[in-house]
Order: sequence, then structure tokens, then C-alpha cells
Amino acid sequence: MSLQPSPLPEPHATDQNSIYEHQGQSMWKRTISQLIKRKTSLIGFSIILFIVVTALLAPVIATHNPTAQSITDRYLAPSSEHYLGTDELGRDIFSRIVYGTRISIQIALISVGISLVIGVILGCLAGYFGRWIDQVIMRVIDVMMAFPSILLAIALVAVLGPGLKNAMIAVGIVGIPQFARIVRSIVMSVKETEYIEAARAIGAKHGRILFQHVLPNSLAPIIVQATLGMGTAILDAAGLSFLGLGAQPPTPEWGAMLSDGRAALQTAPWVVAFPGLAIFLFVLGFNLFGDGLRDAIDPRLKE
Amino acid sequence: MNNLLEVKDLKKYFPLKSDKLFSREKPMLKAVDGVSFSVKKGETLGLVGESGCGKSTTGRVILKLLEPTAGEIFFKGENITSYKGERLRKLRKEMQLIFQDPYASLNPRKVIEKTIAEPMKIFGIPKEERLKKVEEMMERVGLSSYHKQRYPHEFSGGQRQRIGIARSLVLEPELIVCDEPVSALDVSIQAQVINLMEDLQREFNLTYIFIAHDLSVVHHTSDRVAVMYLGEIVEIGEVHELYTDPKHPYTQALLSAIPEANPYAEKDRIILKGDLPSPQNPPSGCKFHTRCPFSEEICLLKRPTLKQVSRSGQMAACHFVKEVVERETSGMLSESAYK
Repeated sequence: MSLQPSPLPEPHATDQNSIYEHQGQSMWKRTISQLIKRKTSLIGFSIILFIVVTALLAPVIATHNPTAQSITDRYLAPSSEHYLGTDELGRDIFSRIVYGTRISIQIALISVGISLVIGVILGCLAGYFGRWIDQVIMRVIDVMMAFPSILLAIALVAVLGPGLKNAMIAVGIVGIPQFARIVRSIVMSVKETEYIEAARAIGAKHGRILFQHVLPNSLAPIIVQATLGMGTAILDAAGLSFLGLGAQPPTPEWGAMLSDGRAALQTAPWVVAFPGLAIFLFVLGFNLFGDGLRDAIDPRLKE
Repeated sequence: MNNLLEVKDLKKYFPLKSDKLFSREKPMLKAVDGVSFSVKKGETLGLVGESGCGKSTTGRVILKLLEPTAGEIFFKGENITSYKGERLRKLRKEMQLIFQDPYASLNPRKVIEKTIAEPMKIFGIPKEERLKKVEEMMERVGLSSYHKQRYPHEFSGGQRQRIGIARSLVLEPELIVCDEPVSALDVSIQAQVINLMEDLQREFNLTYIFIAHDLSVVHHTSDRVAVMYLGEIVEIGEVHELYTDPKHPYTQALLSAIPEANPYAEKDRIILKGDLPSPQNPPSGCKFHTRCPFSEEICLLKRPTLKQVSRSGQMAACHFVKEVVERETSGMLSESAYK
């Protein structure tokens, strides 16, 4: 931090209401300004932006067809022709990684989408209605959490059959408990506020109270969890693909690329190193941004 | 029957977590413990008492926002105690609530137009009518209708309370429970809001149950007043009579605590000893006996019931109602009795 003497805080007109300013519309404005102030979240956001742009412009950026094989060009080291070298079938690793961003983003969105929708529904039911509904839902969630996530995902894929689609479903299901627990706890606290009681007093039904009053006021932590969940989803999906349960050849999925290249780890390390780096960057980006978002949304961190 | 609302022996107990693992009896917090009163159409009944005496709980049980443990509630002569689901929802149109905290009682994510229109939406009033009514009601409670697209955080406390009042009025209810509607506001704003509420009462022929701990506010607004102590009504009567001639020692103590603008005024202030006993484990007999300056043996043993103490219908729950009166009028009241 700077060593300059900090100026005295100036009182201004909005001071009286500042406690309440984190609510309502101004919350998002404040969150964005907090996000920009934090270097880590800005870096995270830049990485995500970089990945998204890469995915959108994949055909322009890629130098080769990501699935075109050329047996004579096997295990070529990085060069000006193949920026990141070639793999055991002579495919250009750079182009495969570039196209892989599309698959990774797809996995992240769909898996997190599945966890989000099911998790939010279960969490709402458990938190809002309580009693036996809560007990039943949360015990099922406990059982799911008792399994290591990758093991549960493997078991699910074993049932559903290998493939990218089923891997996304499995990763999505594995992510449900996180959402359900977070949503349940927020719903339980929002449920006790006076504006929910006001809604009951004017005769609102449960559905209206949940969707018009409880959920809009529970969004912030759900968004944070969704951002953080993207990184985890990519890791889990890559793990499944590495085990041959996810994306099937010749799909340029990063986890599958790791798996394909591991035989030549000693002689051609670039085949494994660069997809690994790509996964690392993707997860890092979402985790940094998610952490920053969580801090920025927390009203207690007001300066 | 001209009583709009009648409450008979209303009780609300909250179960508490037992501290013993295998104890059979569940400890109960007796928030409201046998309250009976009635409210006539168009009048204002003030409900006063210390924090935690059960006045807000009483209000919420009447509106059936909380299920009563025992007792009966009659609204327009109909027993609504067991109303549930759709029937209860229909009833909401006729009885409404104004909240204490204007900051917490408005959904921060809704523009106020939607907040005010929501009750009408729930009861299926067409959109055009809703919009017209919202503007009308906003102007009526002293807000500019061109502010309707703003969020609650853009308003001051007094304005927010006006929004809350507008929301409770759009369905034109008959009974409004006001749960300390002004205690969160500045004194200067309090007067404005109270005047507004009185104007609205005349205009819409409203019946208020006015919950407050500020005695001067209640004096100003109410026609009749009920004083609550530990979940029970200890005294109830016409506001003028009760304020000038309180019978119950607790009412006397409360009234003597009202500050006066004259610093030289001689006042016999009754200072109550001790704190409010826990409603989880209330004292035996008369619940007030632990703090009452006149307490005697019978107070420990027997719970007094409300009995009429004046021709106009003032009632008090004290074993010594007459005695207290006598002592006061005969000037036998020694100062030490109040310490």
C-alpha cells in the first residue's frame, strides 16, 4: 500500500443510508467498482475474456485442422510451423488447444447449468419449506457429498456410458450439493426478513414468495458459486476424459489430450505440458474471478 | 354485533430447544398468554408494553401470520381461528399489517410501483386499474407518483414508511395492525406519518390496532388502550380515563415514566425495580409481583383476572385494584413504597 497519508474521510450526504446501499440496484454498481479495484479479480476476468475470445475466433486463430492427422509429422517439437508441436498422430497441438477452448466452455456452462438448476431448486425447497422436506433433501445431499466427487462422477459415467455428453451430466450432478447447500442457507436467512412476512401478509402464495422475493435476494452468492464451479467442472471433466470416460477421440478435449500424450511424456513432454497449462489457466481464471466476485459482493468489505 | 374483531383467551407459545437431552416436557416461551379484547369498527386500539411483552406477537397472531396455540379470533363475527389456505388468503384482503422497520419491510430488488401493486396483482385486479391505483395511492400518502420506478434504497425512512402504508391500503382493508409504525423514524417524521395515518383512517373508515411502546404516541392516536405485561393484558380502557386515572400499578409506573417538557415540574416517578422476568419462566400468581411496589402474599399465589373497575368499562387485572385507588386518593402512599 502507499505510504502517503490518507486524507480524512469526508462526510457526504449518502452516509446515513450507506448501510443499506448494498441492497438493490446499487449493489451491482458497487460490486463492479470493487472488482475493478482488485488486481486478482481483474486478472481472472482477463483470463476468462481471453479464453472466450479464443473460443469465438478459433477458426481464425488455429493454424491447422485440429483433427487432421499426418503420420510423418509425429511428435514434432514446437516450431514456427507447429507453435506447440504435434502429438502422436501428427496433429497440431496449438490448433487442438484453441479448438479445445470451445469444448471446455461448453462443458463448464452445461455442467454448471445442470448443478445450478437442480441445486437451486433443491436448496429452495429445503430452505423454504424446512421440516421433513429439508431433512429428506439434505440427507440425500449428504450421501452425495460423502463420495469423493471424481469417484461419484466415474460411477455415474459407468452407469450412463462414456462420452462427452454423459461426462457433462455426471459432472453436473456431482456439483449439485454445493449449490443446494448454499442456496438452502441463503433462503433460510432471507425467509426470515420482514419483506417476506409482508409478502405473506398480502396473501402471496409460496411460488410467488420464492420466485419474486426470496430468489432475487439470494442471487449474489449463487453467482459466485457458479463462477467458482466452472473451474471445478473443467477439472472434473478433464479427469473423466483422461480416464477415457469423457470426450472420445478425435475430439480435441484437453483432458483427453493429456491422456493421449502421457505415453510419450519422457520424449515429447510438450504433448502433455500445453493442454495441462491450458486447463491450469482456465481454472485459475475462473477461481481468481470467483474469489474476487465473492469478496466484492460481501457488503462487510466496504472501505 | 358491532365488534369488528374479537379475541378470546388468545395464547401463543413458542417451543424452545430443551437443554436436557432426554427431557420429556418441552420448555415453552409464553409470548402471549391468554389475551382477550375486542375492537369496534372505526376505532383505534393502542397496544402498549415493554419490549418482549408479546404485543407484536399478538398482532401477528390476529393476522394469522402466526398460528395461535389456543384461543379464538372472531373477525366480523366469523371465527377465523382455523382458517387456512385459500380462505385465509381471501381474508388477507381485509386485514393488513404496517411494519415497524421501513428498511426491512420492502423488497430491495423491486421498484416501489411493483411493491405497491403486488397485493392487487395477487388478487387479480387488471393491470390498468393497478397502475392507476398505485399512482393514486402514492399521491394520497404524500409521495410523488413519478418516483414509482425507483428502488426502496433511494427513499428516506419516512418515505419508505409511506410506501409501506400505501401497500397495505391498496386493497382497502378494514383492519390494519400497525406494528410500531413510527418507532424507527425521527420524531419530526413521526408526527407526519401519524397525521397521515389518522387522515387515512377517517377517509377509508379504517380500524387500527396500534402497537407501540411510546406512550405519548398511543395517547395521541388511540381511542382505547390495552397495556400488556409478559403476554397478558393488565389494564384496558378508554384512553383518556386510563391516562388520567390508571388503576394497575404497572400502568401507573409506565405513565409516570413519560418525560415532560417542563424541567421544573415535580413528578412522582415510579421506578420499577429489576428487569422484565423471562417469559420462558414467568413468575407465579400475578406476573407483575416481582416488581410491584404493593405486592403481597396473594399476588404470589393467585393470578388476578381482568375485572371492571369503572363504569365506562375500564378493566384491570390486580388483586388490589380498589386498594391501590384508595391508597392514592387518601394520600397514604408513602414514598418508600415506590422505591
